[in-house]
Amino acid sequence: MNDDVRRKMLEAVERMPAFPESVHQVVELAGDINCSQKDLVEVIKLDPVFTLKILRLVNSPFFGLSREISSISHASVYLGLNTLKNVALGLAAVGAIPKSASRRMDMGAFWLHSLAVAACASMLGRRLGVPRDDAADYFAAGLLHDIGKVVFALYMPDEYATIASECAEPGTVLHRCELKTIGITHADIGGLLAGKWHLPGELREAIATHHSLGDGGGSLVNDCLFAANQISKKLSFGSAGNYEVEPLPPGVADRFGVTMDELVADLPSLGEEVENARIFIKLGEAR
Amino acid sequence: MRIRFRGTRGSLPVPGPKTVRYGGNTTCIEVRGDHGGLLILDAGTGIRGLGRELVAEGVASCDVFITHLHWDHISGLPFFLPLFLPGRRVAIYGPADPLNMTGIEAVLDRQMEYPFFPVRAAELSADLECRTLADGETVDLGFARVSPLLMNHPAPNFGYLVQCDGKSMFFTGDHEPFVNIYSPEDRDFEMYASLVEQRNRAILDRLRGVDLLVVDAQYTSEEFAVKRGWGHGSMDSALEMARDAGAGLVVLTHHDMERTDEDLDELEARLRAKWKGSGVRFELAREGLELEL
Repeated sequence: MNDDVRRKMLEAVERMPAFPESVHQVVELAGDINCSQKDLVEVIKLDPVFTLKILRLVNSPFFGLSREISSISHASVYLGLNTLKNVALGLAAVGAIPKSASRRMDMGAFWLHSLAVAACASMLGRRLGVPRDDAADYFAAGLLHDIGKVVFALYMPDEYATIASECAEPGTVLHRCELKTIGITHADIGGLLAGKWHLPGELREAIATHHSLGDGGGSLVNDCLFAANQISKKLSFGSAGNYEVEPLPPGVADRFGVTMDELVADLPSLGEEVENARIFIKLGEAR
Repeated sequence: MRIRFRGTRGSLPVPGPKTVRYGGNTTCIEVRGDHGGLLILDAGTGIRGLGRELVAEGVASCDVFITHLHWDHISGLPFFLPLFLPGRRVAIYGPADPLNMTGIEAVLDRQMEYPFFPVRAAELSADLECRTLADGETVDLGFARVSPLLMNHPAPNFGYLVQCDGKSMFFTGDHEPFVNIYSPEDRDFEMYASLVEQRNRAILDRLRGVDLLVVDAQYTSEEFAVKRGWGHGSMDSALEMARDAGAGLVVLTHHDMERTDEDLDELEARLRAKWKGSGVRFELAREGLELEL
């Protein structure tokens, strides 16, 4: 991918809007003088674009915090209600998703897939003994892992449509189609974005490499994200255009010590978590 | 290090016969080194009188650290005389505005914009320097070192740790103790509690053993209970902070604008009775109060 296309992609992301449902809820909450910080955090943390932009802001050298912030809950403790509310309102003002893009991408299905991976990655992290507040970082990694696809759908809609139709064929590998058609994968653009926006290194790494783990696996968060992505596809929680369930690399399987089916059986509350998210999406669409 | 309180009031100046002893001006603290050197914490209306004295003294240079941009902490700035005199250096430090993505230099510009003020910031004669600070960095002024620490308020607010002549003081600016936004029955309660605990510990670790702690203690505990989220602490939470940090002395400031001298006397008496034997030494800030560390 040449520098000019790369620059255009990154610029495009600056204009990327949050999902209309979340925007609506943020505007409604922000208009209420008694708005609860908990409600605001709950809306923001379920929206990948809001999450990305808030994390970008708190991690920017401009804001200058002395530590990296990797989850919305963490950002909330630092920013407090009023700053969070006004920043969210500022971000909500960005226009709605262009119709041409939303025709090519089922945003509800994409959203559900991202949320399912988020919930699952966080549960897998907890299963491996990750402390509760770090598990929120795993949630953010799951929520943002496919953010590069939104960039494609919004700003390279024709190429994205070509890739989507190719991927409907069983056995097609999505990121290979992306390389062939666009010259960069959604994981690459997600990683670039995370880098440009000063997101914490671990989060950046998890997004950039979520399709390219070697046999040995990667870091703890990478492995949880990889497994969560496959499990969400296997259980058909939403869709982000990729239906191929990849086997766990030996290193990842060793980490969990069980097969993917056993892992799924061991996550009984995942369905409930995803159901909660589904209700949230329906509420938004009903308006 | 010598500290003098120039303004002790929160929200709005409250002049009149009922606020004579504790003062009616809004927040401003003057800090001087034993061997010269001056820095000012906040530019509420209390800075006006200080500015006149500095000009009379012939002080050529001063550094003003703004905790945050709410009016009661900056409203004296356009009336700070050294800004209008050629040959004087005034350096202003403070937090960024994360929404407008502007630094501290925008404060004076926006505050003095037409038609809010007759003189524009660009027309000031002093040699003006602005520096936007980041959490945890240190500004070395030669006679003193100043470190901003992000606190909890409805706008980015820095507390300032000042180290000078082998002594240290910390001023919280406006600060409300962190609170868990979840209830115990919520799933994320423990996770958020652990983040709040981390934040509290990180701040206390920086303050440990400070000689003087100056804390926003606007409310009584009863008022605090119904004013959560307003961005201020209570007298009791301020004393708890001093106890947990092992501070030598704590001064309670940012008095509520409704508070008369009598009210404050009464609250002080109540507080002394309640905290008797706790080992925490405290004073209520009075305009003109001078402390030597």
